[in-house]
Amino acid sequence: MKKNTVIEDLHRTQETEKSKTYLESVKMQDVARECGVPAAQVYGVATFYTMFSTKPRGKHIIRICCNLACHLEGADSIVDALKGKLGVEMGGTSKDGEFTLEQSSCLGLCAEAPAMMIDGQTYGSLTPESVGKILDTVRKGA
Amino acid sequence: MFHVKINNKSHEVPKGTTILQACRHAGIKIPTLCYLEGVHAEGSCGVCVVEVKGSRTLQRSCITAVAEGMEIQTNTEAVRKARKINTELLLANHPTDCLVCDKNEYCTLRQLSSDLGIKNVSFERTHAERADKDETSPSLVRDPEKCILCRRCIAVCAEKQSVSAIGMTGRGAASAVSTFGDMGLGNAECANCGQCILVCPTGALMEKSEIDGVWKAINDPKKTVVVQTAPAVRVAIGEDFGLEPGTAWTGKMVAALRRLGFDKVFDTDFTADLTIMEEGTELITRLKTGGTLPMITSCSPGWIKFAEHFFPGVLAHLSTCKSPQQMFGAVAKTYYAEKLGVDPRDMVVVSIMPCVAKKFEARRPEMNGAFHYWQKKMGLKDSESFQDVDFVLSTREAAKMIKEAGLDFPALPNEEFDQPLGMSTGAAVIFGATGGVMEAALRTAYEVVTGKALASLDFKAVRGMDGIKTAEVDLAGTKLKVAVAHTLSNARKLLEEIRDGKSPYHFIEVMTCEGGCIGGGGQPFTTNLETRKKRASAIYKEDAGLPLRKSHDNPVVQTLYKEFLEKPLGEKSHHLLHTHYTKRGVHPGDVAHEKKEHKAHAHTH
Amino acid sequence: MPTSKSHTDKKNIPGGQNRLVLGSVGVINPESIDEYIAAKGYDALKKALSAMKPAQVIAEVKTSELRGRGGAGFPTAIKWAGAANEKGDVKYVICNADEGEPGTFKDRAIMEGDPHKLIEGMALAGYATGASKGYIYVRGEYTLSIARLAKAAADARAKGFLGANIQGSGFNFDLEVLRGAGAYICGEESALIESIEGKRGEPRLKPPYPVQKGLWQKPTVVNNVETLANIPAIVLNGGEWYRAIGVEGSRGTKVFCLMGDLNWKGVVEIPFGAPLSKIIKEMGGGVKKDRKLKGVILGGVSGSLLTAKELDTPVDFKSLALIESGPGSGAIIALDETRSIVDVVDNIAHFFMHESCGRCTPCRAGNEQIVRLIGKIRKGEGSHADLKKLEELGWNMYQTSFCPLGQTAPNILLQSLRKYRGEWEACLAGKKEKCAC
Repeated sequence: MKKNTVIEDLHRTQETEKSKTYLESVKMQDVARECGVPAAQVYGVATFYTMFSTKPRGKHIIRICCNLACHLEGADSIVDALKGKLGVEMGGTSKDGEFTLEQSSCLGLCAEAPAMMIDGQTYGSLTPESVGKILDTVRKGA
Repeated sequence: MFHVKINNKSHEVPKGTTILQACRHAGIKIPTLCYLEGVHAEGSCGVCVVEVKGSRTLQRSCITAVAEGMEIQTNTEAVRKARKINTELLLANHPTDCLVCDKNEYCTLRQLSSDLGIKNVSFERTHAERADKDETSPSLVRDPEKCILCRRCIAVCAEKQSVSAIGMTGRGAASAVSTFGDMGLGNAECANCGQCILVCPTGALMEKSEIDGVWKAINDPKKTVVVQTAPAVRVAIGEDFGLEPGTAWTGKMVAALRRLGFDKVFDTDFTADLTIMEEGTELITRLKTGGTLPMITSCSPGWIKFAEHFFPGVLAHLSTCKSPQQMFGAVAKTYYAEKLGVDPRDMVVVSIMPCVAKKFEARRPEMNGAFHYWQKKMGLKDSESFQDVDFVLSTREAAKMIKEAGLDFPALPNEEFDQPLGMSTGAAVIFGATGGVMEAALRTAYEVVTGKALASLDFKAVRGMDGIKTAEVDLAGTKLKVAVAHTLSNARKLLEEIRDGKSPYHFIEVMTCEGGCIGGGGQPFTTNLETRKKRASAIYKEDAGLPLRKSHDNPVVQTLYKEFLEKPLGEKSHHLLHTHYTKRGVHPGDVAHEKKEHKAHAHTH
Repeated sequence: MPTSKSHTDKKNIPGGQNRLVLGSVGVINPESIDEYIAAKGYDALKKALSAMKPAQVIAEVKTSELRGRGGAGFPTAIKWAGAANEKGDVKYVICNADEGEPGTFKDRAIMEGDPHKLIEGMALAGYATGASKGYIYVRGEYTLSIARLAKAAADARAKGFLGANIQGSGFNFDLEVLRGAGAYICGEESALIESIEGKRGEPRLKPPYPVQKGLWQKPTVVNNVETLANIPAIVLNGGEWYRAIGVEGSRGTKVFCLMGDLNWKGVVEIPFGAPLSKIIKEMGGGVKKDRKLKGVILGGVSGSLLTAKELDTPVDFKSLALIESGPGSGAIIALDETRSIVDVVDNIAHFFMHESCGRCTPCRAGNEQIVRLIGKIRKGEGSHADLKKLEELGWNMYQTSFCPLGQTAPNILLQSLRKYRGEWEACLAGKKEKCAC
């Protein structure tokens, strides 16, 4: 039995599944088996950390920060702009399956607030206007 | 020893003691909620806090060790205020329909609120939606609305039972106790043992009640309703009526059941004796013919499901004998129904069990031996199948029915079981305690193999509360090595030995619950280590006082073989009294995984 | 716009700093080990391995009076000596890089801008405590930090600064970069350890402390990024040299993160002891739009709320403790006169409700009730009884929460109810029109 590396294994599982940004049940069960821990425990881990999802998500994950530094710089208006552009509520996935909008805790981008991350890329000094362009760029895969 | 002051009085307490233990020792009561001695000490609820001089904040007494010179205050304004706030925080999202809650007078949270003098809840509900009940299991119901996240159930499932069918999911306000994928207990590797029910401080975990169905059957004049009672029920049921444990209330229990309206009050002890005849013969056969050893008992249905999930590779070690409950159902709806001239479809078999896993067991699709017996004779279609046992009530449910009927249990006269299926020996009574099945089997196996009478019937080495007990018995020159385990975490140890080919034993008894059936998940909420011990002593007292103490001496069992079954392990026994098991794996993915591995193997050859 | 390199940019960095930790940030190429070595990188490690016993390394750190930079300010040398004195061959050094305190990005600046400094500090910690294995637990969202640390570790290994028999000294030390997965609570050291062990990030019962029984139940030192980044300079220049910087009880420099209503935002590093007002004026360039300052949140949202009148307090552990404050994570969030304190506290309350691990009642349910009560008050439906309830909940969380998250979550709420009572009262039923939130 190898050492318990559930979190790293869940990360890898979630990112190596092409076009899937979430953890399927059967994949979590595989992690449980390989790490020698109860399946309920793996599920407990998968639902504890916000970067994991046990429900299907879009191709790209938007993590918008709403904590104090971003809040002071108008994060609410960015959230509204994203909701409007994507036609979703927080946690929802756009109809075209491209984007899931998630709230993130502070991303450490406070000097460029308001800020967000899409997949691994960070974006700062956002305005309701600039987010639209960013979404277009990401959608095009640039 | 440490010198400490509790509420300004000096005390000496051993090193390593917690503040809670020290205070209890000093006769000072500290309210607790999530703490459960021997099971859970995690400090999640925040109710047992005390003041410790020099500490920045209040301290949790359940998890804080005493230190030399510690000065503890258990009754200050701050302590009382904090205890109240933490309890009220839980009450804010907890339903207040205590009057109609199953847990009612046994609810720790209700008692705590009363003890703390909570008059109204200062906080409003924060959870927008009512969480759905988990009713996927035939044995248990989980109501997340009533769950206060104390985690006792998780601890008992993981530590005592090594199952971990449930765990914490989500985070913060979204925290919940749940199964993998929220698929429900019925779809998890849950053994249905119900130990979580016993440790739950609220009504969040209960057995799935079958009371309504039983009343309906009793009220149906067409039905012949027979009831069987497991050995552990008689030494526990009185506790639900305020009686002190340590006595067998067999006579009052029989009287009560008769007054509820059951047509016949029979005893699972009868088929416990029958089980010994079958299982003892099976053991002797395996020993003689080089069969799979060690052989493991199969009467505890939680253990069976556990083995099917976690040790699918060792199922051949399990005795093929059905449990006494299922043997009873099969015999009642064949031999007895025939004798009575009753259509088996009009016979209703109700069990009263210390167990909630029995509810699952009774519903296993293969537990319909009587139907197969009758199918050809009566020309029944497959769709007309019926189960051998129709309803399973826990000890608690039986007590509730007795209360519903307005019976004054303590005042009832002692009455006798009906015959013939009420006849039993002392060997059957001890099935209720850990080591009992082993002892009963040894009594019979010894005499059958050696042809000699035992000088002493008491195999004391297999009695008692040790987690794993072992013994060696001389069977006409053969040293029979036996082991007895109770709780699934202890069973797991013996199973791992078998899996690894290192088991030195010939015969193993496994009971799912601590103490055996007397500590089962269907027993009264008074169940704890003390009551378990007292119930066990009542069982052994009952056995010692009986004229017949060996299963093979049971005259009705002898008649049953003569008139119907012919011989142990015979053709009829095979169909009615023996069963097979299902490889389940730990979760649905496992079976597929195993198949895949097999396929991969096949390709390489 | 994409940001990834912006806070390691050199432009517009305020003067008047003493950049011991940030010295090479924005100066050298963080992906080049040669540039790090050229700037005296790994000299401290070479010095320690060739000329110092582990106990001497600890002694220098003790002399320096270095205190942990993660927020609690625990003396680093005591932690190290504790682990060094534990019996057993297997010990661990963990770098807590789970920077999640809202308003804090100093560790990010170090990891992205000078990753080798952290690695050198880790190796020195390993040498001092007798650990041969280290883990850097970086929050999962810090993708650039993770990439740069992984590359730096590989380069260091290739150059013989990590791995077996480092620089021919016989000392073995290697490290792994691990990713968090989104949980503020993992910044608490025992929760972080649980997370490395593949579990939910729920704090452990203490004692035993990590230096006694930490990762896989072995003695473990857990240090913050900034703490470890201070080590190479201390070893190279000596504890006395370091002790000469700063003020009594708070030696050396501190990295601060400036944000909010200031003209300049970013990380600065200055010796302990300067008043907050000076930092805000000289480093932050004063309040935006020439507005007045209403208050400052110091040390992140679990830190403290200081009024404009309190800003002349020197920023050091001792002076700040007198006004129930502390440097905390080093975050300085300036609030101008137009800001609503109730709105700020509401935002903070939502953060803690989201990030509570859920294990203990006072924190899990307490944060939920705080959010509900503030919501009620902001709707103009609150009463004085609700303010009292908030005070009681905050008191109870501080007194009975299991871990520091719950104990510090109500800090700013409670201080706001004392220091900005008027703003709360303006929000109550019947006065809502006077409320700015």
